[in-house]
Amino acid sequence: MISLQKVTKKYKGTPRPALDQVSLEIDKGEFVFLVGSSGSGKSSLMRLMLREDVPNSGSVHVLGENLVGLPARRVPFFRRKLGVVFQDFRLLPNKTVSENVAFSLQVIGKSEGFIQQAVPDVLGMVGLAEKADRLPNELSGGEQQRVALARAIVNKPAILLADEPTGNLDPTTSEGIMSLLNSINLAGTTVVMATHDFSIVNRMKKRVVELSHGQVVRDQVSGGYGVKG
Amino acid sequence: MLSEVAQGLKRNLAMVISIVLVTFISLTFVGTASLLQLQIGQMKNYWYERAQVAVYLCTEVSPEAACPRGAATEEVKAEVIQRLESTTLAPFIEEYYFEDNQQAFANFQEQFAGNAVAQYVKPEQLNETFWVNLYDPNQSPILTESFAGLAGVEEVRDQRSYLDQIFSILNTASLVAISIAALMLFSSVLLISTTIRLSAFSRRRELGIMRLVGASNFSIQLPFILEGVVAALIGSVLAGLTVLVLIQFFVQGFLAESLPFTSFVGLSDGMLVVPLLIAAGVLLAAVASGLAIRRYLKI
Repeated sequence: MISLQKVTKKYKGTPRPALDQVSLEIDKGEFVFLVGSSGSGKSSLMRLMLREDVPNSGSVHVLGENLVGLPARRVPFFRRKLGVVFQDFRLLPNKTVSENVAFSLQVIGKSEGFIQQAVPDVLGMVGLAEKADRLPNELSGGEQQRVALARAIVNKPAILLADEPTGNLDPTTSEGIMSLLNSINLAGTTVVMATHDFSIVNRMKKRVVELSHGQVVRDQVSGGYGVKG
Repeated sequence: MLSEVAQGLKRNLAMVISIVLVTFISLTFVGTASLLQLQIGQMKNYWYERAQVAVYLCTEVSPEAACPRGAATEEVKAEVIQRLESTTLAPFIEEYYFEDNQQAFANFQEQFAGNAVAQYVKPEQLNETFWVNLYDPNQSPILTESFAGLAGVEEVRDQRSYLDQIFSILNTASLVAISIAALMLFSSVLLISTTIRLSAFSRRRELGIMRLVGASNFSIQLPFILEGVVAALIGSVLAGLTVLVLIQFFVQGFLAESLPFTSFVGLSDGMLVVPLLIAAGVLLAAVASGLAIRRYLKI
């Protein structure tokens, strides 16, 4: 499903590579935490999987596509098969909740009929059916992230990439987002989540990939944030 | 889609107005210059056909250098006629006629009627002239050579040399207009790309999300390109209308009436030029805004 082989990524002006010979395999249906301190390479790895960047060497395969050789004009079509959420939600402030979700379907050319059906469905799933006509700034942080999640999964992606999705949220709210991510995963979507939230990783008992200085230093099935076993 | 374009146009209203004005003015210049070129072509065709070669005979007041022996005598006239009828020249000449002092004077009076100079000129000061029509107006040097050494002939003059001066002035004018238009078109291209960049910057959040969820480059670009194209289209249509109005009311309404014997460009020529103007405006805008938005599509 996701396969990285000996991936090295250097950024201009920095002596140390952000990713150094990283190899990683993620199978269908897995829930994987990417952990590590700031600057360990988590975000670079996410960027490569989303084809926001290409590595200097090594290969990246996601959903059967070779992302290194993927021509720029095909990148949009690749991204339609992925869902993605960020720490900062990235909602459009002048559109309502349902318009925000609908927008992502409109711009990839989905029919109006499909949108009218899919948007309420997905908002119901994330528990925001009553707030469909609110603007993002009328919602709490947790609710805004739910909107972002709704937008990410409305197109039924095979993979959901979540980059610090709970980074701006308090523990109780984070809890709600995690259980939502878990149910999305149980429905068959592969979830890759970058985080440095100890408690969440420890509690979920999922696969943990730890990066440090651009290298994979730990890859553990049902692990905790820093504890072996 | 269309509401997005309208929104973008509204957001940058001042810039959009400047695009409209600059394209309008520059394309009006282009249109006028092309019409002037068409006009020059038409006039050339018309007048070159009718241009004659004049063989001016010496008068009493002719300059010493050209006419050392004073006014042309009857022998000189006979000599000129003989040469015009000779086997060397006759094949090139369609017809010729002689204009004596009195006819020249009458023509002069008619031409300069109301002008003070008409009162001072006397018939004997005007050249007696052989007017020659050639089959091929390009062959005037043959005449010039044949009469160059003949005493009593002041000058052989191809009328086209006067026309050439007029045409070269008109030509320069149209080239100047084209150069100004080119500069202004260049600035309108820069204006368009700046405007589109501004518009894209103010919507960078939306653009980021569009790219993230996999909107195709084309569907991201299109509203911006349309924004530039719509603005330029308004300018080009205005320019087209101006050109047509100029033809209808200035050229046909004013010039054609004051100079009845000249054929002028008409609306049919305008109909030829206007679509080209609009196409040029739209194409420039599409290319300029397409290039401007490309930066935001880098992945």
